Amino acid sequence: MRFEPTDLFRLLPELVLALSGIVVMVADPFLGRRSKQPLGVLALVGTLLALAATLVQAGYTGLGFSRMLSVDYFSLFLHFLVLTVTALTILASFRYLDREEIHYGEYYALLLFATIGMGLMVASNELVLIFLGLETSSIATYILAGFRRGVLKSNEAAMKYFLLGSFATAFLLYGIALMFGSTGSTFLPEIRAALVAQQANLTLAWMAIALLFVGLAFKVATVPFQIWTPDVYEGAPAPVTAFLSVGPKAAAFAAFLRIFFVALEPAIDKWFWLIWVSAVLTMFVGNLAALVQSNVKRMLAYSSIAHAGYILIAFAAGSRFGIAAVLFYLVAYALMKLGAFSVVAYVAGPGEERQGIENYAGLSSREPLVAACFSVFLFSLIGVPLTGGFFGKFYIFRAALEEGSSWLVWLVVFGAINTAISIYYYLRVVIAMYFREARQEAPATPLPTSLAFVLTLAALGTVYLGLLPNSLLRFATESARALH
Amino acid sequence: MEMLQHNWLSLVLFLPLLGAGVILFLPSRAYERIRRVALATSVLTFALSLPLLFWFDSSHAGMQFSVFHPWITAPDLVSNYHIGIDGLSLFLLLLTTFLTSLAALCSWPIVQRVKWFFVALLVLETGMLGVFVALDLVLFFVFWEVMLVPMYFIIGLWGHERRIYAAIKFIIYTMAGSALMLVAIIWLRKLSGTFDLLLIARLLESRVLVLQPGQEQLLFLAFFLAFAIKVPLFPFHTWLPDAHVEAPTAGSVILAGVLLKMGTYGLLRFCLPLFPNATKEFLPWIAALAIISIIYGALVSLVQPDAKKLVAYSSVSHMGFVVLGILALNVIGIEGAIYQMVNHGVSTGGLFLIVGMLYDRRQTHMIREFGGLATPLPILSSFFMLVVLSSLGLPLLNNFVGEFLILVGVFQVSVVKAALAAVGVVLATWYLLWMYQRVIFGKLTNEANRNLPDASRRELAILVSLAVMIVWFGIASPMFTRRMEATTKRILYQVESPYYEWAARPTSPPVHLEEPQP
Repeated sequence: MRFEPTDLFRLLPELVLALSGIVVMVADPFLGRRSKQPLGVLALVGTLLALAATLVQAGYTGLGFSRMLSVDYFSLFLHFLVLTVTALTILASFRYLDREEIHYGEYYALLLFATIGMGLMVASNELVLIFLGLETSSIATYILAGFRRGVLKSNEAAMKYFLLGSFATAFLLYGIALMFGSTGSTFLPEIRAALVAQQANLTLAWMAIALLFVGLAFKVATVPFQIWTPDVYEGAPAPVTAFLSVGPKAAAFAAFLRIFFVALEPAIDKWFWLIWVSAVLTMFVGNLAALVQSNVKRMLAYSSIAHAGYILIAFAAGSRFGIAAVLFYLVAYALMKLGAFSVVAYVAGPGEERQGIENYAGLSSREPLVAACFSVFLFSLIGVPLTGGFFGKFYIFRAALEEGSSWLVWLVVFGAINTAISIYYYLRVVIAMYFREARQEAPATPLPTSLAFVLTLAALGTVYLGLLPNSLLRFATESARALH
Repeated sequence: MEMLQHNWLSLVLFLPLLGAGVILFLPSRAYERIRRVALATSVLTFALSLPLLFWFDSSHAGMQFSVFHPWITAPDLVSNYHIGIDGLSLFLLLLTTFLTSLAALCSWPIVQRVKWFFVALLVLETGMLGVFVALDLVLFFVFWEVMLVPMYFIIGLWGHERRIYAAIKFIIYTMAGSALMLVAIIWLRKLSGTFDLLLIARLLESRVLVLQPGQEQLLFLAFFLAFAIKVPLFPFHTWLPDAHVEAPTAGSVILAGVLLKMGTYGLLRFCLPLFPNATKEFLPWIAALAIISIIYGALVSLVQPDAKKLVAYSSVSHMGFVVLGILALNVIGIEGAIYQMVNHGVSTGGLFLIVGMLYDRRQTHMIREFGGLATPLPILSSFFMLVVLSSLGLPLLNNFVGEFLILVGVFQVSVVKAALAAVGVVLATWYLLWMYQRVIFGKLTNEANRNLPDASRRELAILVSLAVMIVWFGIASPMFTRRMEATTKRILYQVESPYYEWAARPTSPPVHLEEPQP
């Protein structure tokens, strides 16, 4: 292994994040037991610097660290996404932590460490590094999920997430080991070469694929590996839920794509069915379960599952368009879901007591801005035009239909049916906010500026993607080229 | 001026949105100013759309006043801002701008969230106009769906008692119905390589693109479902009575006047030209549904104790007529259908407006609450009479022309269908006149009605504009049918030629189709 100085630039965002994380940890004791908002500002600055570092990194595309790290458009695309998600999560957490009296500086440090893990996941060219990235981000998020220490549900969430998560990563690790046994390498291109040349032990390789699939499917929460999702999302602090539902999910999808397209693409006939069945089940289970929820946070958790199902449609397309569609959807999805959970964080109030749909009654007259932004997110989640969600779905459907196999056509038809189902439960919230009067006057909590900023930004981004999807779509297509 | 004329259609399309933007910046308490800006915007839009009628070249079958800009230019996925009008959309455009002006004017009694009401109304207008002018399938779908959102809020926020139920039913029906249309649009893109409607039509006509039999049927059904729900045809009509009755007057006017036309517009714009074989294959079934709609809608109207519900169900009946006219697949039937779309918009819109005026006075739609209104409301009653007579098809008024053309067209293909449809006309006369009689004539028995004020100046403005349209369309029909003729013939050519008669007619298409600019 030879070290080259330019490799440091290839890792620059992660280095910046690590440094900021350490600074946050060191500065924490000096603030004592009071609001840790200054640390939040510090973490935010660190994240923004990491974003800038990603721009620097863009000048050093190519393989680094003995081909373990691959800086390409794909990794850059996801770096931008993941870092933006982290920045918005930090902003959304400012007042939340004060309100919940969570005065622990590690919160911000953990967010940064989780982001490092995600950064590694999306850029690694090698299975072990992917595993390391996944574990780094997972361990940080296990702790984050339990950050409402006094709340039983939050503890349960952390515990559940940790136990099931470890179990799933074990599957992943086992898959990596078998893959190594079968093909003699953990580098993605070499695995591919071995599969193409039929040098691998194929039985072992199929088992490895199945195990890798299980491990990754757990992280992106697709049926039947979604069992943990509703409870964890409901119990975790709302900003963490927002983070979990978009950040790690996007990173896991990225790793999923990279492994399955760079390394396992020769075996697409085999894994196509895994993805296909999983997509159908995920969409139907997610949407049908969301239909009967009266707790908005839980409803959004099920809707996250459903959306993973839509993304799998594009995955199943198995083409460059498919990858581009996944990437585009991840961005649109990140904006709307982050925004939606931030609204939940605000409306739920102290102790996150008010999560029921009845608490949203009359929100439009109490807080017009929140209600308007939430409506944008909800319409986008349905996929109404002029929102990012519409074009996201549009590109997904298109990617699948373009390939033309009738199985994919059916997948799209199921997607359309599920969209129709989802209209009902998303609009129930709109109805509560606009058409119903508040039953009892909820104590007025002023909307924090930081949160208002997050909501406005996410809503504007959602509408922008719905009006002018051009530039992002080009970037996504360019990024997809890196894999396929 | 040249520049302005080239972009005239864009101007008409986005002017309402501009007005909505202006209203956003007005203080929400400035009711009077908000109303005036909204009214001025909608009237100006109508005024700007009128020249299109006179500039329209009736010898030209293709699109006119086209505007073309690239919109999505991502690799392999090109969708353009391509709009234009022909002899079909011209009239629906005019109808929309006309009815939105009236809808703005009739909404003075609204006092809750006035600002947002008018913003929604104007956004809705742009959405509806967009549906009629869009020539790119993605653009069309965007307008088609986006338009539902303001309508949903109009029903849900400013409607009557069961508004929430009606709003959700409305949006779920219409959105779910179009989900498969989106799939069909993308599939059509895969087969043809473009989202441009005119280009797809040309590819089909020149046999460069041939849809396989199974494909064509599936595509047809996906589009048809979305349109059948909008029209609405018989088994898909259940959202209509709820939405129309619970919506505020302006909402009902727009729903009945414009939204329903989108279904029949879609049939003429997409189903017939793109999927002619499937159209013919399913024709008997659709015609049966149309006839059921005509008779069922009329029979239900007959027994309604609620005047607004009566008008709502009469729409089901009248729209069945339009569909039947389209399915005649001859020039006279389709011209009649286009004509009748406009007429139904004006007349039924007028009925909703007048029922709304009565509601503003008495807060009820029940027929038995009224009676003998001719005494306190002589002016209103006379205009009511005119609108009722127009709606039941009295000669020299607008509906007569449309219904007559449709019946002649249908008669040419099937005497039985024409005879069954004519039953609808008879029933319409019955339920409308009976309703009028119970509301206006007789002794004034209910004391609450004794001192009702007659039409105000604002209401008079509405009534007179309606009367002008009713009479104008009743006596000046050649002025309009002339402009429909080339387009109608082109649609029929598209239905007849590409598959069946191609071998017999190898020459180039006789009508000119405009090339979309690169």
